[in-house]
Amino acid sequence: MQTERAMVTRRDLLALIGAVSGSAAMYHAMTSLGFASDSGYKGPIRLEGDPRGASVLILGAGLAGMTAALELRKAGYDVRVLEFNSRAGGRNWTLRGGDSFTELGGFRQTCEFEQGLYINPGPWRIPYHHRALLDYCKRLGVTLEPFIQLNHNAYLHAAGAFAGVPQRIRDIKTDFQGQVSELLAKATQQGRLDEAVSKEDREILMQALRSWGALDGDYAYKANLISGDFRGYARAPGGGLGAEPVPGEPVDLSEILKSRLWRYLQNFALHTFQATMFQPVGGMDMIGKAFAREVGDLIRYGAKVTRIQQDDRGVTVTYTDPDAPATPRQAKADWCVCTIPLSILSQLPIDVGRRMKAAIDAVPYSASVKIGLQFKRRFWEEDEAIYGGISYTDLPVRQIAYPNTGFNGAGKGVLLGAYLFDGPNAYEFTSMSPVERVARAVEFGARIHPQYRTEYDNGIAVAWHRVPFALGCAGRWTDEARAQHYDNLCQIDGRIVLAGEHASYIPAWQEGAILSSLDAITRLHDRVVKQ
Amino acid sequence: MTRENTSFRAGFAVAMSAASLLLSFPAYAQGSGPSVPEPALSAGFRFAENSGEELFANICQGCHMSDGKGATGAGTYPSLAGNSNLEAGGYPVSIVVNGQRGMPPFGAMMSDDQVAAVVNYVRTHFGNRYLDAVTSEDVRAVRR
Ligand SMILES: Cc1cc2nc3c(=O)[nH]c(=O)nc-3n(C[C@H](O)[C@H](O)[C@H](O)COP(=O)(O)OP(=O)(O)OC[C@H]3O[C@@H](n4cnc5c(N)ncnc54)[C@H](O)[C@@H]3O)c2cc1C
Ligand code: HEC
Repeated sequence: MQTERAMVTRRDLLALIGAVSGSAAMYHAMTSLGFASDSGYKGPIRLEGDPRGASVLILGAGLAGMTAALELRKAGYDVRVLEFNSRAGGRNWTLRGGDSFTELGGFRQTCEFEQGLYINPGPWRIPYHHRALLDYCKRLGVTLEPFIQLNHNAYLHAAGAFAGVPQRIRDIKTDFQGQVSELLAKATQQGRLDEAVSKEDREILMQALRSWGALDGDYAYKANLISGDFRGYARAPGGGLGAEPVPGEPVDLSEILKSRLWRYLQNFALHTFQATMFQPVGGMDMIGKAFAREVGDLIRYGAKVTRIQQDDRGVTVTYTDPDAPATPRQAKADWCVCTIPLSILSQLPIDVGRRMKAAIDAVPYSASVKIGLQFKRRFWEEDEAIYGGISYTDLPVRQIAYPNTGFNGAGKGVLLGAYLFDGPNAYEFTSMSPVERVARAVEFGARIHPQYRTEYDNGIAVAWHRVPFALGCAGRWTDEARAQHYDNLCQIDGRIVLAGEHASYIPAWQEGAILSSLDAITRLHDRVVKQ
Repeated sequence: MTRENTSFRAGFAVAMSAASLLLSFPAYAQGSGPSVPEPALSAGFRFAENSGEELFANICQGCHMSDGKGATGAGTYPSLAGNSNLEAGGYPVSIVVNGQRGMPPFGAMMSDDQVAAVVNYVRTHFGNRYLDAVTSEDVRAVRR
């Protein structure tokens, strides 16, 4: 990084333009493929036709399993659910004060958050286009509130840039956009874009760059009240004497480029992260709990599935109870919807064809670690005017996410102090004891918010490979693995069909779990009524 | 992780291109605050640890646990302790490089030397006494 030249050359500029038009072209392609629109949900499922008392055994009471349970019972099936945990929801999970959690290996943590404060160790945000999940929230009475993905006043931070001083997202975003606009305007004026842009469009382009980039009358991006309207001021406009605004100095383009902070701007542009995003009021597990109010009577908790067999007459599932692990029990049904994550299912003996078994074995699970930290006061609001949203950093903690609720309140607050995902650091944090994970999250976070040192209260860390009911965060599909195995994973094999996040093209989203389940039971029901 | 075509429509998409992360910082150990305890952490997409012991303690331990004995919940991380499957060195080499079911592939995140070091460590600790060390050539041979 230090070897880079200090000047932005014309080649850099062209690379930038290329990147810009390239991503626009990609966006267009994605839209026409349907990726960038809604998730494909067609409204509440209608399973018509009489299943004539057919029975279904559902394995796993996560969102995929409970969606299947709810809809299949409604359609007239005799439904039972086997669930390993003593609660419903699976990865849809919230930790609050008093909750305790024992990870694989035996470390036990008890959450010491204050009443009303929580952390979502798994899913935490819902895009507005996840229509199936939103529809279930509506039907099941789950109240939503905004999840703030972009807060202009949160930070972008790189350990090796700006002497380690975090930069406001607003400054980087505005100054990057402004200076790129200025370069483009210059290139246009110098006739460099004549071949690419018609004369008529060039004039409009100049106007657009001025408007979009906060350029002045000479198409320059500078410290003045025009850029100040976008990036804020060194001294903001006030009232009375001495209230005149003073513009701030933009961050130099070359420094922005070399800092790599621009790469985080994607997190505010990607379709999955665009406004409006939501979170359930009170914690993500409000969704799992709402499902469990509907189907909880069908669930047998503490049932660890150890074997899945089938023949032409039905399905036999072997499971154990925590009280009597040595005494296997059996449950039988005509059909089986299995939503056990592949990280676990790949280890169980299961009577399915070679192709489905190969698919079950083909998907390793991502590493991810989330750490919740409670502080004695909401210093990010009080001292730094950061209300919700996310700061991004290249420190191993990667993100610091501020609570999107309880704004401006006195008293303690909980923030997400780390959200690691894949890559070496996620494995390294998984290998630590929970106490060490929390200690390091506090240590790293203090480089962005020095208040950590005095305000830290307590914390809790969840490393997903150590979560006993998941053994990983989510299926890590490659394009090659999808091409070879995805269809084989989703086919009905005799009397067994798989569902869950892993059987979707929306990996690691709850929407994927629900859509996969709706598709699986639609095909299963079709087979049952046609039999 | 080369991020070989991994779908980034995943829920946690960190949105960083591999190229943009190939910064050459030393491992994270610096810090202005109270001293950060060991171990140092890797920067970028490859593991910075070199000795077998460090590699085990920072990667394998996450699933196989510090005593190598694994753990069981709804599924199991197998024990590597006193494990006769490790007798043929090619087997653990291939698993570390290419993965197997719930065990992720680490080939793209480790050099041949690192793979050999961690496999030799596991094959000579936790009650294993396989003294025929694997070499980085053995590792290269199983990379697909
Ligand atoms: C860190 C993280 C961040 C995420 N962020 C988001 C987000 O912001 N937004 C979003 O929408 N999604 C997010 N997700 C993804 C979301 O959590 C999942 O896609 C979804 O919850 C999966 O539902 P599922 O029903 O497929 O699986 P699960 O919820 O895992 O359900 C499977 C069930 O099977 C049970 N089970 C496992 N083994 C056995 C066994 N042997 N016997 C019996 N039962 C068993 C489990 O206990 C569990 O209840 C995130 C996930 C993680 C881990
Ligand atoms: C993310 C969790 C995870 C990590 C990290 C991990 N493993 Fe594994 N490992 C597994 C799982 C799961 C299996 C069982 C795979 C299967 O079903 O065949 C396994 C199996 C193995 C086996 C085969 C054991 C046998 O008896 O057949 C070896 C050897 C092994 N791992 C070595 C390692 C080494 C060395 C490392 C560190 C470089 C490591 N593992 C890191 C999850 C992990």
